[in-house]
Amino acid sequence: MGEFKVHRVRFFNYVPSAIRCVAYNNQSNRLAVSRTDGTVEIYNLSANYFQEKFFPGHESRATEALCWAEGQRLFSAGLNGEIIEYDLQALNIKYAMDAFGGPIWSMAASPSDSQLLVGCEDGSVKLFQITPDKIQFERNFDRQKSRILSLSWHPSGTHIAAGSIDYISVFDVKSGSAVHKMIVDRQYMGVSKRKCIVWGVAFLSDGTVISVDSAGKVQFWDSATGTLVKSHLIANADVQSIAVANQEDSFVVGTAEGTVFHFQLVPVTSNSSEKQWVRTKPFQHHTHDVRTVAHSPTSLISGGTDTHLVIRPLMEKVEVKNYDAALRKITFPHRRLISCSRKRHLLLFQFAHHLELWRLGSTVATGKNGDTLPLSKNADHLLYLKTKGPENIICSCISPCGSWIAYSTASRFFLYRLNYEHDNINLKRVSKMPAFLRSALQILFSEDSTKLFVASNQGALHIVQLSGGSFKHLHAFQPQSGTVEAMCLLAVSPDGNWLAASGTSAGVHVYNVKQLKLHCTVPAYNFPVTAMAIAPNTNNLVIAHSDQQVFEYSIPDKHYTDWSRTVQKHGFHHLWLQRDTPITHISFHPKRPMHILLHDAYMFCIIDKSLPLPNDKTLLYNPFPPTNESDVQRRTAHAFKISKIYKPLLFMDLLDERTLVAVERPLDDIIAQLPPPIKKKKFGT
Amino acid sequence: MVEEENIRVVRCGGSELNFRRAVFSADSKYIFCVSGDFVKVYSTATEECVHILHGHRNLVTGIQLNPNNHLQLYSCSLDGTIKLWDYIDGILIKTFIVGCKLHALFTVAQAEDSVFVTVNKEKPDIFQLVSVKLPKSSSQEVEAKELSIVLDYINQSPKCIAFGNEGVYVAAVRDFYLSVYFFKKKTTSRFTLSSSRNKKHAKNNFTCVACHPKEDCIASGHMDGKIRLWRNFYDEKKYTYTCLHWHHDMVMDLAFSVTGSSLLSGGRESVLVEWRDATEKNKEFLPRLGATIEHISVSPAGDLFCTSHSDNKIMIIHRNLEASAVIQGLVKDRSIFTGLMIDPRTKALVLNGKPGHLQFYSLQSDKQLYNLDIMQQEYINDYGLIQIELTKAAFGCFGNWLATVEQRQEKETELELQMKLWMYSKKTQGFILNTKIHMPHEDCITALCFCNAEKSEQPTLVTASKDGYFKVWILTDDSDIYKKAVGWTCDFVGSYHKYQATNCCFSEDGSLLAVSFEEIVTLWDSETWELKCTFCQRAGKIRHLCFGRLTCSKYLLGATENGILSCWNLLSCALEWSAKLNVRVMEPDPNSENIAAISQPSVGSDLFVFKPSEPRPLYIQKGISREEVQWGVFVPRDVPESFTSEAYQWLNRSQFYFLTKSQSLLTFSTKSPEEKLTPTSKQLLAEESLPTTPFYFILGKHRQQQDEKLNETSENELVQLPLTENIPAISELLHTPAHVLPSAVFLCSMFVNSLLLSKETKSAEEIPKDVDMEEEKESENSDEENDFTEKIQDTNNTDLGEDVIHQLSKSEEKELRKFRKIDYSWIAAL
Repeated sequence: MGEFKVHRVRFFNYVPSAIRCVAYNNQSNRLAVSRTDGTVEIYNLSANYFQEKFFPGHESRATEALCWAEGQRLFSAGLNGEIIEYDLQALNIKYAMDAFGGPIWSMAASPSDSQLLVGCEDGSVKLFQITPDKIQFERNFDRQKSRILSLSWHPSGTHIAAGSIDYISVFDVKSGSAVHKMIVDRQYMGVSKRKCIVWGVAFLSDGTVISVDSAGKVQFWDSATGTLVKSHLIANADVQSIAVANQEDSFVVGTAEGTVFHFQLVPVTSNSSEKQWVRTKPFQHHTHDVRTVAHSPTSLISGGTDTHLVIRPLMEKVEVKNYDAALRKITFPHRRLISCSRKRHLLLFQFAHHLELWRLGSTVATGKNGDTLPLSKNADHLLYLKTKGPENIICSCISPCGSWIAYSTASRFFLYRLNYEHDNINLKRVSKMPAFLRSALQILFSEDSTKLFVASNQGALHIVQLSGGSFKHLHAFQPQSGTVEAMCLLAVSPDGNWLAASGTSAGVHVYNVKQLKLHCTVPAYNFPVTAMAIAPNTNNLVIAHSDQQVFEYSIPDKHYTDWSRTVQKHGFHHLWLQRDTPITHISFHPKRPMHILLHDAYMFCIIDKSLPLPNDKTLLYNPFPPTNESDVQRRTAHAFKISKIYKPLLFMDLLDERTLVAVERPLDDIIAQLPPPIKKKKFGT
Repeated sequence: MVEEENIRVVRCGGSELNFRRAVFSADSKYIFCVSGDFVKVYSTATEECVHILHGHRNLVTGIQLNPNNHLQLYSCSLDGTIKLWDYIDGILIKTFIVGCKLHALFTVAQAEDSVFVTVNKEKPDIFQLVSVKLPKSSSQEVEAKELSIVLDYINQSPKCIAFGNEGVYVAAVRDFYLSVYFFKKKTTSRFTLSSSRNKKHAKNNFTCVACHPKEDCIASGHMDGKIRLWRNFYDEKKYTYTCLHWHHDMVMDLAFSVTGSSLLSGGRESVLVEWRDATEKNKEFLPRLGATIEHISVSPAGDLFCTSHSDNKIMIIHRNLEASAVIQGLVKDRSIFTGLMIDPRTKALVLNGKPGHLQFYSLQSDKQLYNLDIMQQEYINDYGLIQIELTKAAFGCFGNWLATVEQRQEKETELELQMKLWMYSKKTQGFILNTKIHMPHEDCITALCFCNAEKSEQPTLVTASKDGYFKVWILTDDSDIYKKAVGWTCDFVGSYHKYQATNCCFSEDGSLLAVSFEEIVTLWDSETWELKCTFCQRAGKIRHLCFGRLTCSKYLLGATENGILSCWNLLSCALEWSAKLNVRVMEPDPNSENIAAISQPSVGSDLFVFKPSEPRPLYIQKGISREEVQWGVFVPRDVPESFTSEAYQWLNRSQFYFLTKSQSLLTFSTKSPEEKLTPTSKQLLAEESLPTTPFYFILGKHRQQQDEKLNETSENELVQLPLTENIPAISELLHTPAHVLPSAVFLCSMFVNSLLLSKETKSAEEIPKDVDMEEEKESENSDEENDFTEKIQDTNNTDLGEDVIHQLSKSEEKELRKFRKIDYSWIAAL
């Protein structure tokens, strides 16, 4: 495996923003997640829960509701009063439309998928017609006294239930008038609270309305008579979310105490058809409020203030006990937030609204394997670069020489020139960016820092020549005939001849930079690409997919390498395939052409192509450090050398032959920066 | 005369009431519980034992109501029989002989002619649930050999098996899994919990199970205090469960209420938890029940619950979680430090009871009289906590004084010691704390004795301690200007060469005090506290020390640890005799010269009764118990027996009780067990058979009480009220249907008159009867003749105005009877 000096970086002060809404799309098995900063992320549940796409946030665009409609169209609504539709192909916002009802608290698509309903601050419920390319306001329902916090359609589409403060209304869709008004008890454990907020409602096909409220109750109402049928007190704090399964045989609620409760419809006795709702299992995977839940056919999905997205599979629905049956906790984005300048030992950290540039510390001490070396020079915070405007940063990059920084928001592209004079840094913005460089999904500098590659969200790839303090637009590779699919991953060969670009679904395209033409397309694979890189000298393209497969493709020869074919024939170790997080970065050792360095959030691995592959019987990972020579020998028996010392690992790269940089973000540090959770008495304390 | 039967060792009550779940009768009037070889029937209202059902020859292991006749009770026992009882009359109806040891019994209404029992056939830890077909036969003893296995490899405890939903399925738990057997499909589903060693699942073991009476829901209790409610268990994949967690320690038992709307659970916290609607947030508590809840049962009528506790107590609890009655047996929860004592006043057996309490237990009525709270501290039940222990107690001055010693030793050097002296208060009829002495000695107190001499004018107490001293405490005047009071102070401290004082004992007349210091016995004059004499046998530490009594008061007996019993003559100051006997218990009989010693050879225990004057024992019985005998005591008899046989004479005036290590209280008896245990309260039956109507209360009970009162107050007057049942007018009134009775105005005078006393004491009872008969004869005759008879009556009792009216009432009564005879069947046709 070789010995490395490792810069263990823990000063990346990244805190993901809290999850506000999740929406599950049954048709495509995708999950849309919106965060409090307005970011919307799309996870592909079929592709190992990979975060395929994301839409950058916006300061004023806090989403309060998220829903899928008409198949695969995604809508969100927020407190700025706008309904937004997202373009899932081009990865931008299709349009935003003001509903003119003040802040929007809730939104629901009709069961027929043709109508959209929003609940507003002023107590109005507005019905929109979904047309193929827009939505159109149709009419208002009877105006209520206070804000509409939750909405649910009856599966037949004839009635809706709307949760407000202190009551639930049932509307007839045809007439738009309220049929019933069901008053919710304000009492909370014998104490009368000021208000009882109905955080969520669900309308079942048998006419039952389930409501969850701030008094900690889950209540079942009969919508035909407007009466309370049953009440479950489940929490001492608010119950904030509810999601019902499509079959209506189970539902899930999330509480402010961080607990998710599962309710199931269970027959009362074996020989009677009578069924009852029973609270079955509680799941405590969150420390903070569970703001939103979703119910996919096989799992319960929850997210909240503690920024984790938790996917808890339902054991009874899982056919085979494979890795889908395990609990998933997604905390970190599946994209790169850190870039590194090898030459100057600089790290660029990307935050939602600013960039930070750090110079790594250095040491003169030496030690043996496993020693912690004292720093002779501490890490330096060189630069704090705040974005202009309310938009979040999509991507950023620092050039390998360290003299260029580029970043992009949804509407603007910024390029800065850095001059280093001893300890001083001189930052200069390169003005007059061309109009087509308005926003970028991915930015990459060539190894010699003379070229800048930009993947724009129109699907085009731009090559820009950098020289001195100026730039020159060289070429734009336009997307193939008619598709507008955005490219989100770029890789350039160290000699600067080849550029590989990958989109969200289609295969990887390889361009010849010298000749400025498409060289080839790597055969399409079912799972999205999570990371790729081009090896020096051989120009082999290494691609990692979300199903944990790794391919090696020879660009000059336009086919998979022999090693890649052997690996495919032999198959990966089952523990390798069962890893939780996708590989987010691949790099190569300049002196050891047979090594591939890659990492995910929980491990760092060096694949030595010269060694035999492990089979399922061999030990893939040994957590104990080697003790003697024979041990080292035995361990080097297979190609995968794994280290799990650094976790959660956000970034790892080779600075030079003997130095690695690892950026960790301990979960405890994130939790420490979150607001305090609801205090719960713990027995025995 | 009962004679020449062998002396047998018999269990004398005090057996476990909490061995199995108690069972309520259908009307909640009675509660049944197993008690050793018997089944006891208690009244839920009065806490009295109504019947003892005896017939089993071994431990009774299960009782259930007959589901087809709620006036009958099944019981099963380790003797291999199932017996059917009529519990109202206490009669054995039938015996079914199964043949193998039965460990638990279950009945299901749907399985008409069979019951379920737990048996173990081959290996000691493997039990099977089998159904036993009970053959229909008129004979008293029936063989029931038709067994069919339902579930194999189950837990022995009946708490781990439950029948659910009208006998459709049976659930059994063991270790980490729950098995459900469906009778119709004849299939078993099995659900296993994770049993891995990691911290989270380490205590997942099942401890008990209960089934919802209406729904398909199984509740299971676990070692870590969780309760799981299993549903949808028809499918091994789709099953689901809910967790309820309040208990911090093992869930001991679970029970659903009759309607299934609430679930009851209990454990070591001594708190009964009621989970309403089986939801976590909606729970009610009944705290401070005193001891670990072992079993919970629910009455079929739904109005009562009952909890059995580890301190041999059964609590009857109302539906609204209010304790209504306590049936307390001999508390056997913990180890006995104080030994057995007899309260001289109540003749009750006194020993350690609940933590920090002394219990007074009546041997005659087999019930606890009361608990004396010595520690007066809240008991905290937690594993590994070192508690204060009540280690010594002694009665003195004919029950006027009680001395207790409590100690707590956390480390070798940290000893907390307290001696309390309690005075009997005639006013409150109980013991009142008089003096509290902190650290009376520097080390543990090994012995405590009062000077019980009749002539002694000053109460004296001696304590011996490991610190090498014995102290004499006397009662002194402690009055001040505010009140008159007495208190105890130390009078003398004695020691002998810094040896540990191990025993102390006063002679019968109180003139001598014997204190043993390890191997040496010292004699002290109780007047001057001078050392008079020492005896040393060099045969090991003295374990027991006692003076002889009555004619043998010149002897002192000492038993050593390495098996030597010595007898010293106090007059000659020489060893009279010694014998090799490993004495565990040595108790003098207060009413005779006899001394009982229980020795423990390698296995079992032997009893020797002897007089100090002669080394030859009066009586020897070998193998009185398989276990180690820990304590023994002579209890004076109220009525002396008169055994003539020499061997039994020692039992004439006292009875010897002893307690074994497993805390069974045993005694010697010559009578057969059937004779010995005649039910004490048959008379309760008659009372219970009366319907409890308001009339009953007005006329029956109330009147009887008044009767008694009258009898007490004026014993000389021969006032004899007629029994209400015997007054025809009243019985007519009560037995005629209400809708055919004449108006109350019409009946009133008759009724009142019937209650009035005739001065002639006999007439009330006898004459009316005669008249009645006459009238019956003459009922066919004309009215004139009737008048005539009345006149005759009149002449008979001319001087008594009341009687005239009384006679008039007779005619009215006849009218009433006529009403009764009229055919009212037409009403039914309406």
